Amino acid sequence: MSDVLVVSEHRRGELRDVSYEAITAGRELADARGGDLRVAAIGGDVDGFAEDLNREGVDAVHAVANGEEFDHNVYQSAVGALLERTDAGTVVIPNSVNGLDYAPAVAEEHDLPLVTDAIGFEYDDGLTVTREMYGSKVETTVDVDGDRFVLTVRGGEWAPAEGVGDATVESVEVDHPESGARVTGFEEVAGGDVDISEADVLVSVGRGIEEEENLELVEELADALGATLSASRPIVDNGWLPKNRQVGQSGKVVTPDVYIAIGISGAVQHVAGMKGSDTIVAINTDPNAPIFDIADYGVVGDLFDVVPELIDEFA
Amino acid sequence: MKVLVTVKEVAEPDDDFAIEGTDIAEADLEYDLNEWDDYAVEAAVQLAEAGIADEVVAVTIGPERAEETIRMALAKGADRAVRVWDDAFEEGFSDVAAKVTTFEAVVEAEEPDLVLGGVQAADTGFGATGVALAERIGFEHAAVVNDLEVDADAGVARVHRELEGGVEELTDVDLPAVLTVQTGLNEPRYASLRGIRQAQRKEIDAKDLADLGLSAADVESALAITSMYEPESESDAEIIEGDAGEAAGRLAEVLREKGVSA
Ligand SMILES: Cc1cc2nc3c(=O)[nH]c(=O)nc-3n(C[C@H](O)[C@H](O)[C@H](O)COP(=O)(O)OP(=O)(O)OC[C@H]3O[C@@H](n4cnc5c(N)ncnc54)[C@H](O)[C@@H]3O)c2cc1C
Repeated sequence: MSDVLVVSEHRRGELRDVSYEAITAGRELADARGGDLRVAAIGGDVDGFAEDLNREGVDAVHAVANGEEFDHNVYQSAVGALLERTDAGTVVIPNSVNGLDYAPAVAEEHDLPLVTDAIGFEYDDGLTVTREMYGSKVETTVDVDGDRFVLTVRGGEWAPAEGVGDATVESVEVDHPESGARVTGFEEVAGGDVDISEADVLVSVGRGIEEEENLELVEELADALGATLSASRPIVDNGWLPKNRQVGQSGKVVTPDVYIAIGISGAVQHVAGMKGSDTIVAINTDPNAPIFDIADYGVVGDLFDVVPELIDEFA
Repeated sequence: MKVLVTVKEVAEPDDDFAIEGTDIAEADLEYDLNEWDDYAVEAAVQLAEAGIADEVVAVTIGPERAEETIRMALAKGADRAVRVWDDAFEEGFSDVAAKVTTFEAVVEAEEPDLVLGGVQAADTGFGATGVALAERIGFEHAAVVNDLEVDADAGVARVHRELEGGVEELTDVDLPAVLTVQTGLNEPRYASLRGIRQAQRKEIDAKDLADLGLSAADVESALAITSMYEPESESDAEIIEGDAGEAAGRLAEVLREKGVSA
């Protein structure tokens, strides 16, 4: 039961980066438990994926050739089959939208404790997970009772596994129940006239702006700076700006020279879309806002005072 | 069709907060209906207004204080509510399985055709209860739903699941199902004055574990929070001091250095 099973993730023919990061996390865990690291590729071009997933430190790859795209019933059944057939006792899954569509079901089915969205862990006698709470304002350590568990790992927290390993590759097909959830297609949203990922300077606005009318203020700033306007999710959810302006996990990933976050708290799903910016500036009334943890320059202040002054500076 | 909506009262820390032991000091926390659950409530109420749902029941696991929050769900149009609480929940940090066990008992009593809940709770951010519940009670499920159309005659919920990077997956989910609702699915209404008045007369059925045929052992948690601290900053941000004018002046200097100009 000391082996660790990492489940990789792919979409539309491509392995997602978090798969390689999960391998690194899984290897750490396998070392601490004195077990092997097994990686599952489920659905799609599993033979091609198996080759890519054979990174340094991987002992076995299980290529589960069921279906093409993600289907939570297939994933759950495949993990179940691998837990039964191999010495794997714990499962590491990416903390992604699809990961969270089957990891809780796996934990529930096998009666294993579940910790999601891990950003770190230690393993001595048992597992202690580091994760955030309260919108990234605090970190916690969580002790897990029992030596088997399901862990989902946040993207970008572990370095991707590299090199070429000497894993054995096993091709399998698993039985699974007929799916009561059938994927009928995909849709790209976020299209349209503006591509915020092309902008050199972004003025990005969040819920701190309070009212739709107040958007004028940040539009004016964007004009004064020759910048493009982008936003956090609530602004788009409210219909104040179109989806193609949203920065973050479910929006666009942007890497401008300068990113100016105005009234944005810095939730993890937002930061996922802008942490690669060269220079990050934040204006926020809350000195504990997590955005300041990744900012290069911060103004702790009211945007309704600071932004008009800043517009004047460039007028 | 009967819809059960799981709602949570979440805690949000004040701008200035202190950590006491393994949680934020009670005095520094404000409580509110979880943002994601607000969208789930709205989705359920819209199903009722469309004549698809004939009853909407809100359920929460929370102390007496949470009645204020669940009353918001009633004011927005839920027909009645169930609130489960027990000393056993005060013991520590409930894990997903403990919540699922509690909701399972409520599902058995209510027999819903559709269960809606938020993608995650804003405070703990686990994002797991809905999918785990579906597995336990043998319902189908879909996580992170940002578009929903229920075809009750066909027994299907046609949903969009919002994946990363501006891609949505279109999925048909057989009922009965549990769906976890993403923000942006709809426009949550504000409770009207009339709704608030009506909510005062609606029933909130308070139950403890024994009422549900459960005991403290059934909700024992496999997880324990052992420490809480403020994260170390990853950057050495220059915090610009001074009044708004001074701050803007220094900021303008920085921006010009970085080559920003109209
Ligand atoms: C699956 C999933 C995907 C998601 N994808 C995304 C995504 O792609 N992009 C995204 O942004 N979010 C995403 N989110 C949502 C994310 O979790 C947060 O809810 C969101 O980013 C919060 O936006 P915000 O910072 O604007 O609002 P809040 O968190 O409410 O922050 C508002 C900030 O404004 C500050 N403020 C208030 N008034 C003022 C003032 N007068 N002057 C200055 N500052 C002020 C406050 O101190 C606060 O820090 C996703 C969530 C989930 C679960």
